[in-house]
Amino acid sequence: MTQPQPTARHTIAVLVDNEPGILARVVGLFSGRGYNIESLTVSETDAHAHLSRITIVTTGTPMVIEQIKAQLDRLVPVHKVCDLTLGGPAVERELALVKVAATGEKRVESLRIADIFRARAVDSTIKSFVFEVTGSTDKINAFIALMEPLGLVEVSRTGVVAIARGGQGL
Amino acid sequence: MASSPATTAPATTEQSGAELLLKALVDQGVEVIFGYPGGAVLPIYDAIFGQNALRHILVRQEGGAVHAAEGYARSTGKVGVVLVTSGPGATNAVTGLTDALMDSIPIVCLTGQVPTHLIGNDAFQEADTTGITRPCTKHNYLVKDVKDLARVVHEAFHVAKSGRPGPVVIDLPKDVLFAKGPYTPADEVKHKSYNPRRTPDAAAVAKAVEMMAQAKRPLFYTGGGVINSGPEASELLTKLVRATGFPCTSTLMGLGAVPASDPLFLGMLGMHGMYEANWAMHDCDLMIAVGARFDDRVTGRLTAFAPHSKKIQIDIDPSSINKNVRVDLPIVGDCGETLAEMLRLWKGKKPKSDGKALAAWWKQIEEWKKRDCLRYEQSSTIIKPQYALQRLQALTKGHDTYITTEVGQHQMWAAQFLKFDKPNHWMTSGGLGTMGYGLPAAMGVQIAHPDALVIDVAGEASILMNIQELSTIAQYRLPVKVLILNNQYMGMVRQWQELLHGGRYSESYMDSLPDFVKLAESFHCVGLRATKPSEVDDVLKEMIKVKKPVMVDMIVDQKENCFPMIPSGAAHNEMLLGPADNQGSGPKDKPISEEGMVLV
Ligand SMILES: Cc1ncc(C[n+]2csc(CCOP(=O)(O)OP(=O)(O)O)c2C)c(N)n1
Ligand SMILES: [Mg+2]
Repeated sequence: MTQPQPTARHTIAVLVDNEPGILARVVGLFSGRGYNIESLTVSETDAHAHLSRITIVTTGTPMVIEQIKAQLDRLVPVHKVCDLTLGGPAVERELALVKVAATGEKRVESLRIADIFRARAVDSTIKSFVFEVTGSTDKINAFIALMEPLGLVEVSRTGVVAIARGGQGL
Repeated sequence: MASSPATTAPATTEQSGAELLLKALVDQGVEVIFGYPGGAVLPIYDAIFGQNALRHILVRQEGGAVHAAEGYARSTGKVGVVLVTSGPGATNAVTGLTDALMDSIPIVCLTGQVPTHLIGNDAFQEADTTGITRPCTKHNYLVKDVKDLARVVHEAFHVAKSGRPGPVVIDLPKDVLFAKGPYTPADEVKHKSYNPRRTPDAAAVAKAVEMMAQAKRPLFYTGGGVINSGPEASELLTKLVRATGFPCTSTLMGLGAVPASDPLFLGMLGMHGMYEANWAMHDCDLMIAVGARFDDRVTGRLTAFAPHSKKIQIDIDPSSINKNVRVDLPIVGDCGETLAEMLRLWKGKKPKSDGKALAAWWKQIEEWKKRDCLRYEQSSTIIKPQYALQRLQALTKGHDTYITTEVGQHQMWAAQFLKFDKPNHWMTSGGLGTMGYGLPAAMGVQIAHPDALVIDVAGEASILMNIQELSTIAQYRLPVKVLILNNQYMGMVRQWQELLHGGRYSESYMDSLPDFVKLAESFHCVGLRATKPSEVDDVLKEMIKVKKPVMVDMIVDQKENCFPMIPSGAAHNEMLLGPADNQGSGPKDKPISEEGMVLV
């Protein structure tokens, strides 16, 4: 047997026609071929040209990552596939809504930590907060881990959106 | 209605969706549709009734329609067209679509659909056709507005035939077929996102030629992509092979691109490939893959695949490159265009190749050839399937012969023993291995080539999977020949059970077979039978002579196995040879690895 090749995490931006079924095509490609999806976001980014941008975070060996890109590029409604991880460090952000139910000292502590993470309380009751926090995946993971012992109720995350640094477009 | 005459087409130029569809098909050069009617497509059948430009072939099951269209497409290079109804019509087409996807056959399949306002309501004969066919088509469309219909048809043909070809489904709700709309001519449709690259990178091609000139043990490894690229690509490949003097082997799908009769051609490689071809693959120092995708039937154990070789891979589909095997020089482009450029550069090259090394390489290959790997034990009492095919090869000489096959041992023997000197004359289900492919495919070939000799080499198990198409064959008076190599077993299954499962022949015996002669006769075909070697020639001659559909029940040795064989998980140099092997390495003395057991 060959040695298992090292895997790496890649963020891939895909520009697609915003048409019915396109997400199913992309997701079906990943499930059908056994690729991994860590995160996936999608929204129309050019209403005039009916283009959507899908951001996928995946992990795989270099050969698998190359396959993923080639397979995506082969889908008929796909205009462009760009591996943001290859083009140097890209800006990657996630947004999370984090619900924490706590009273007394725990409630105060959750607010203090939120302040450090530049999270905003977008909803509050006497017994709870909903925090909005943006940042890298690691930052959001850290925030959620800290909220855990303080009364974490639930989390909703957008998944990663990403864009290359510098003046060039996709 | 809007008042400006410039922007509003007069009502008279508007046609129904069904009429627009037929107009678009005719504009795409379609002459034949293989189909089967039903409620959702009745408007299309009504439009077909009133015209003569398109010929409709009524199959007996939708699965047959897709395979027929595949045979038509593969033997002509044109797009095959299928028309089926919603629900069960569409689901019956799924196997054929998957088959066409795996073997890169251009198909446009029109499926009926319930009216748009009922979609999602579990209406009668509703199926989520675009959902079901998404993973088994190259692309699919649901047309919700008649204004899009003609454009979608033109786009579908573009997608089906450009780049790596494949099947495209157009799902057509019934209300859209009745609605009136304008026509969009084909030349006004340009695809926004799908325009695959055909012209290779010039520097990469130059580098390839450089590598070829330096190789000591080079080998061309060619596949179905060459056939798909058109007959010119096959011609160019043959010229390049001859100009270089390099040996050439082919996949199952690529047979016929380089003439089998050419001394430079080593025959098919892979699981049931030639001894010399597989050894050459194992020992080569430069592999030039042309339109071949390193399928597991070809590579055997990946870690032991051509371990000393540098690899050049030419393919129009970038996802075929570096998928299973990492190559040293990928070239993305059309096979024909790339081969033309390689040939031009090669001819302009002064030092050419290393003649001495090449001579030594050929000497080695000649040694391997001496193993005579297709040798089998002839019998005077029982027909050996190999013998039947050797006689078929001899007796069809001089005919314009097209061969289709079903799936199993007979398919592999056909690939080994029949010699293809031209592309597009060999139709077989390679990637999916679909039993039941051969008969409808032969039907499609015969429609495209009415005067040719079209023969389905079949097994008695496979032929029953689409036997209903004999009725279609009779209706259209297609003189298709079916040669059943009847071993009363799912032979390939039995062979694996013998080699891998201790000879426990679980459910592979074909009990209660029909009397194929009577069966043929009941379908208005001629039925013939041969049971002894002495009858083979007469029966085959009769089959070829009769200008009617013929089914031959050729009773062959039940126990014969197909060799050479690279067992699953083994390497090219670990081939099993048959009992007649001149070096006496019987198949049983090499056990199959545990890793190999789990492989298909
Ligand atoms: C639709 C389908 N079902 C099952 C198989 C698995 N399979 C491969 S070969 C084979 C036996 C074919 O028997 P026959 O047509 O008699 O051919 P033979 O091998 O005997 O020449 C089977 C069942 C298949 N390839 N296709
Ligand atoms: Mg059989």
